[in-house]
Amino acid sequence: MTIRELGRDTAPRMSFFNDPVIRGIIYQVVVAALLLAFVYWVIGNTAANLAAQKKTNGFDFLWKTAGFDISFALMPWSRASYYWEALVVGITNTLLVAFIGVVFATMLGFTIGIARLSSNFIIARLAAVYIETIRNIPLLLQLFFWYFAVLKTMPSVRQSIALPFDAFINQRGIMVPRPTPDQEFAWVMVALVGALIVAVAIGGWAARVRTRTGRYPSQIVWPSKVADAVVTFLVAFLALALLLGLVFPIASFVVVSAVIAAAVALGSLTRYAAIAKGAVTFFVSFVLFNALLGFMFGWVPSLVVSLVSALTALVVAQVVYANTANRPPSDARFPLALLVLIIVGVPALVYWATDASLAFEVPVLERFNFKGGLQLPPEFIALAFGLTIYTASFIAETVRAGILAVNRGQTEAAQSLGLKDGDRLRLVIVPQAMRVIVPPLTSQYLNLTKNSSLGAAIGYPELFNVFGGTSISQSGRAIECMAIIMVVYLTFSLITSAIMNWYNGRVRLVER
Amino acid sequence: MSQVSETTVEREIDTSHMQVSETEVAIDVVNMHKWYGDFHVLRDINLRVMTGERIVIAGPSGSGKSTLIRCINRLEEHQEGQIIVNGTELTADLKRIDEVRREVGMVFQHFNLFPHLTILQNLTLAPIWVRGIPKAEAEATAMHYLERVKIPEQANKYPGQLSGGQQQRVAIARSLCMQPKIMLFDEPTSALDPEMVKEVLEVMISLAEDGMTMICVTHEMGFARQVANRVIFMDQGQIIEENEPEAFFSNPQHERTKLFLSQILH
Repeated sequence: MTIRELGRDTAPRMSFFNDPVIRGIIYQVVVAALLLAFVYWVIGNTAANLAAQKKTNGFDFLWKTAGFDISFALMPWSRASYYWEALVVGITNTLLVAFIGVVFATMLGFTIGIARLSSNFIIARLAAVYIETIRNIPLLLQLFFWYFAVLKTMPSVRQSIALPFDAFINQRGIMVPRPTPDQEFAWVMVALVGALIVAVAIGGWAARVRTRTGRYPSQIVWPSKVADAVVTFLVAFLALALLLGLVFPIASFVVVSAVIAAAVALGSLTRYAAIAKGAVTFFVSFVLFNALLGFMFGWVPSLVVSLVSALTALVVAQVVYANTANRPPSDARFPLALLVLIIVGVPALVYWATDASLAFEVPVLERFNFKGGLQLPPEFIALAFGLTIYTASFIAETVRAGILAVNRGQTEAAQSLGLKDGDRLRLVIVPQAMRVIVPPLTSQYLNLTKNSSLGAAIGYPELFNVFGGTSISQSGRAIECMAIIMVVYLTFSLITSAIMNWYNGRVRLVER
Repeated sequence: MSQVSETTVEREIDTSHMQVSETEVAIDVVNMHKWYGDFHVLRDINLRVMTGERIVIAGPSGSGKSTLIRCINRLEEHQEGQIIVNGTELTADLKRIDEVRREVGMVFQHFNLFPHLTILQNLTLAPIWVRGIPKAEAEATAMHYLERVKIPEQANKYPGQLSGGQQQRVAIARSLCMQPKIMLFDEPTSALDPEMVKEVLEVMISLAEDGMTMICVTHEMGFARQVANRVIFMDQGQIIEENEPEAFFSNPQHERTKLFLSQILH
C-alpha cells in the first residue's frame, strides 16, 4: 500500500538512457542508419565495378533478341525471340513441372502416409522404408539417378521400347500420341463441363435434402438404382469382354459377356446385390491382376498367371462381398453411380451425336527419329519424377502426423455414437486432420516449386536454367536477371501462402 | 486416490421412476475374458444388469473397470465368453456392433466433444447421420436435451469456449440425443475441478431418477450412496465383491475392499 502511494506521489527519476522508450528509439535509428549505409555502399560499389568493366545495366535487354535455343518450350520459341519471352518460357516450364509434381506428390504422399498407419504390417513397413530411404537422399542425387542412370541408359532411338497405347521410350525421352481434336470436339468439352456442374448440383441438392429431411430425395432413388445397374452392366461387360476376348478367347465373347453382365446388373437390383457386387469385383480384379502379373512376369506360363490372378481376385471379391452385405439399403446411400453416369454419359452422348472425333497422331519411327506424336524430353520426366517421389515422402509424414494428431478419443466418441467408419472419417477425423496437415503441406508445395530449380543441373529449361544461366551469360546482366528470378519465386511463394493463410483463418478452431 | 471425492448433491432423490425390472435383462456378461497381448486384463467376468439398474463400478486404477464398460459397446473387443446387450450378442459382426452402439450411450472422462463443430452440431451429428432424423427435428431434440442439462444458451458456441463441467454436460446431452436405452459413464467427473463435479453429478442423478439403465465407473462414493442400487468392486481384472451401497460401505466382506474403502473414506 505504502509503496504504491509513494510511487504515485513522487515521479520516478531516471536518466534518459535508462528509459526503455528512448532506448528503443535509439536502437531503431542506429540499425536503420547502418542498414542504409550498407545498401548505399553495395550499390555504389557495384555501379563502380560495372563501370570499370565497361558493362551497362538496366532492364532494356528484355526487349532485345535472345539468340539462343531452348530445348523445351510450351510456346513458339526461336533464336529470334526476345529475352522477356525467354523469361515467360522459363516461368511456364517451372509452373508446368511444379504443377505436375504437386498433383502427383499429393496423391502419392497421401497414399503412402495412410499406408504407413495401416494395420497391415507389411504395408506399413514398406511405407516406412520408402519414406526413410527417399527423404534421406539428397534431391540432386535422385535427379541424377533418374536422369543419368535410368533415362539416359535407355536404348537408342532405333531400339525404342514400345509401351502400351503407342507410346515409346528411348534415350530421347518418352514419345506419346498427340491428341488432335476436331472442331466438334469442343462441344464434347462443353458437355463435360456442363455435366460436371449438373452432377455437383445434384449431389449437393441430394445431400442437403438428406440433412434436412433425413433421407435422400425420392425423385433420385429410382434413377440412382437404374444408374447403379447401368454402371454395373458396363463395368462387368468391359471386364468380361477383356477376359473372354483376350485371356480365354472364345468366338462369341461379345454376346456371352453381354448376357452375363446383364444378369449381374439385374441381380444388383434384387436382394442379391451383394453377390452381384462381388461378381463384378471378381471380373474386374481378375482382368487387372492378369494384365499386371502377365506384364511383370512374362516368363511364367499364362495358365499359372491366370490361376494366381483368379485366386487373388476371389479374395478381393470376398472382402467386397462381406463389406457390401453390411451396407445400408440403396435409397439411404449417396447416389454416386448416377453422378458418375452423368459425368461420363453426357459427353459420350454428345461425342456420338455431333459426330466429333478425337484422333491421335501416333509417333512413328522413321529412319533416325520419331515423327509425329508428343515428345516428353528425359530432362522433364526425370525432374517431374524426382520431385514427385522426393516430396511425396515429406507429404506422407505430414499426412501421418495430421491423422495421428486427432485425439483417439474423437474416434471413440464417434464410434460410441454409432457413426459408421466412412461417416466418422468424413465428418469427424478428416476435418480435424486437415487443419494440421494443410500448413506444412503448403511448405512442401513451396519447397517443390523452389526445388524445381535443381532441374538446371540436368538441363531442364526451367526459370533458373533459362534466365539465371543462359540469359546471364548471353546478356551479361547478372544483377537484373537474378533480381527478376528472385521476384518471380517470391511472388509464387507469397501467392501460395496468402491462399493458405486464408484457408487457415477459415477453418481455425474457436477457443475462448 | 487423489480423484476420489465425496461430493454430494444436497437434495431428496425422487425414486418414483427408479424401478428395476425383474425380468428384462439389459446387459448380460457371461464368463468374459480379455487379454492385451499376454496381459490378462479381465478374468472371468460375470455381470447381469437388469433394465433400470444403476450400477457403480469402483476399484483401484488398473483394475480393469474402464476396460469392462468399454467392452460393452465394443470399443474394446473381448476374446472369450459372451456379452449380450439388449438381446444382441457382440461378435466381430459389424452390423451387430452398430446395432448395440445405437442403443448404448457413452460419456468419457475427457468429454471427447468434436472441437470443429458447434455444440448444436455436436448434438445433431449422430441423429442425422446414424438415425436419419431430419435436421429440424434433430435440432429440436438437441435443444430439449440442452435445456435438460441447463445450458441451452451455449448452443451456438464451440466446445473450446465452454468450461469443463459445461463440456461434460454437453457430452451427456449428445449421448441422450440418440435416445439410448443404456448409458455408460467412464469416470465422468475425474477430469473436472471440484466445483464442476456437482453440476455433472446433478445431471447424472436426474437421469437416474428418470429410470435410465446406467453403469458408472466413478470414484464419487456420494453418488454411489445416493442413486446406485449395486456397487461392484473390481481388482486385478476380477469382480471381487458386489453389494447394495449401504452394505458395501458399512460391511465390506473382502480384505481388498476394506483396504480400498479405508483409503478413500478416511
